[in-house]
Amino acid sequence: MNYLYYPGCSLRSSGRAYEESLLPVMEAAGVDLQELPDWNCCGATSYMSVDERAAVQLALRNLALAEKSRDDGGPVNLVAPCAACYLVLQKAQHRIADYPDYAAVAKQDLARVDLTYEGRVKVRHPLDVLVNDVGLDRIRRLVQHPLRDLKVACYYGCQLVRPYSEFDDRDDPKTMDLLMEAVGATVVDWPLKTRCCGGMLPGTIREVGVRLNELLVEEAARRGATVLATACPLCQFNLDTQQKRRPEGYKPVPPVFFTQLVGLAFGIPRRRLGLHRQMVAFEHDFAGSTGGSRG
Amino acid sequence: MATPSRNGDTGQRWVRRVQYESGLDPGFPDSIAKLRGAENLLGCIQCGTCVGACPVSPYMDLSPRQIIAMTRAGFKDDVLGCFTIWLCASCYACAVACPKQVQITDVMYALKRQAMLEGRHPKNFAVPTLAQEFYRQVWTHGRSSEGRLIMALYAKVDPLLMVRNMVLGLRLVLRGRIGIKAESIRDRAAVDKLLQEPPPSSKKKEVAA
Repeated sequence: MNYLYYPGCSLRSSGRAYEESLLPVMEAAGVDLQELPDWNCCGATSYMSVDERAAVQLALRNLALAEKSRDDGGPVNLVAPCAACYLVLQKAQHRIADYPDYAAVAKQDLARVDLTYEGRVKVRHPLDVLVNDVGLDRIRRLVQHPLRDLKVACYYGCQLVRPYSEFDDRDDPKTMDLLMEAVGATVVDWPLKTRCCGGMLPGTIREVGVRLNELLVEEAARRGATVLATACPLCQFNLDTQQKRRPEGYKPVPPVFFTQLVGLAFGIPRRRLGLHRQMVAFEHDFAGSTGGSRG
Repeated sequence: MATPSRNGDTGQRWVRRVQYESGLDPGFPDSIAKLRGAENLLGCIQCGTCVGACPVSPYMDLSPRQIIAMTRAGFKDDVLGCFTIWLCASCYACAVACPKQVQITDVMYALKRQAMLEGRHPKNFAVPTLAQEFYRQVWTHGRSSEGRLIMALYAKVDPLLMVRNMVLGLRLVLRGRIGIKAESIRDRAAVDKLLQEPPPSSKKKEVAA
């Protein structure tokens, strides 16, 4: 299986562990990821807040580059692990599909840098690829160390499922739950799976940003979760750095990337999965009883 | 919290909250509703589903429902000067819940853009400052460098934040999660050619007190 890979800026910085765990997991699953040559930032939420046309232009350059590197005329699967990239790239696609007059403008913009975009790119998330392309049967066969006794709260966050997700439900997504069960973990019932982590708010309007993360962690702990599985570098970063004020008696709930958990189950060593980069340490003893964590 | 005060009054005495017709800008509703994504603004039935869906509405000064009502009525100064638009984290909970398909997230984006253009926010307020720094960085390098972005933000908003977050910053550096290296694409000229217009100068007009 052949895919183009769009890492996005965070996977080269605060979310390095996401890339570090994604690549060996995908390799083990037989997914060939080739990095999109000279990709640029998707623009995230900031570009849309400053200049809408520039936001779409930035995203379109990546889509056009993806088509250029697969010039056989067929569909191009572009894997974007960051939820913000995943959303923004699709938002640009929707903009030019919904506004034909604007599509003409975008075409001229791209022509200035000798690029064209026909619309052959399908933006994919690794969760979608692993569950719907690789398949849970194949995943189950790859498991060497089932994550027994690990109680996982699956946290999808917002931009992965809203507003465009085609591979899962917006209100009650299940893909990650199924994947976690396939690698032997127990999924806790957790109603905040798509509640927002605040995005950039912990860095800007701190009081609100911190509170949003506290609510998520408290509820995960109350539901008996020993680990939070995330699918977005910013969600993971926020949950990892904003777990200071915890209610009495609760253990910290380490937030890790879902790819790190799958990697552990596949028998990939911790260090190759970037687990040493955790702020809230995550320990798991395969041999036996604990799915515990240490702060 | 740096809430742009709408009436400059935080005391106990009664203040006028009812808006008068004379404060309206009749062109404002159409100027927003003509923007991509904001068209359905005029179809809002004021049901308040957006308020219930929004995870940050408890911290807002105007609810998303009020924002729409006041935008439609032409209360430009109140809408562009409010705290709400900067709280929206673009989670799209309102947009997918809305029974009239009002793309409230896009409306919020449109209001943020207009407020920044007119310098309606307090000087060096963190949310627009971050957006503008991000914008400039990606314009110059084609990619964002998180370490540099945070330093640039703190330098503008409050240099003391660097001290307050030093321990966290060091722990992140030790784990290789943040650095000062500038990420960049190879074909930097492409971004310039693609975007053409220069990055907006940082408009730091102080909101009239």
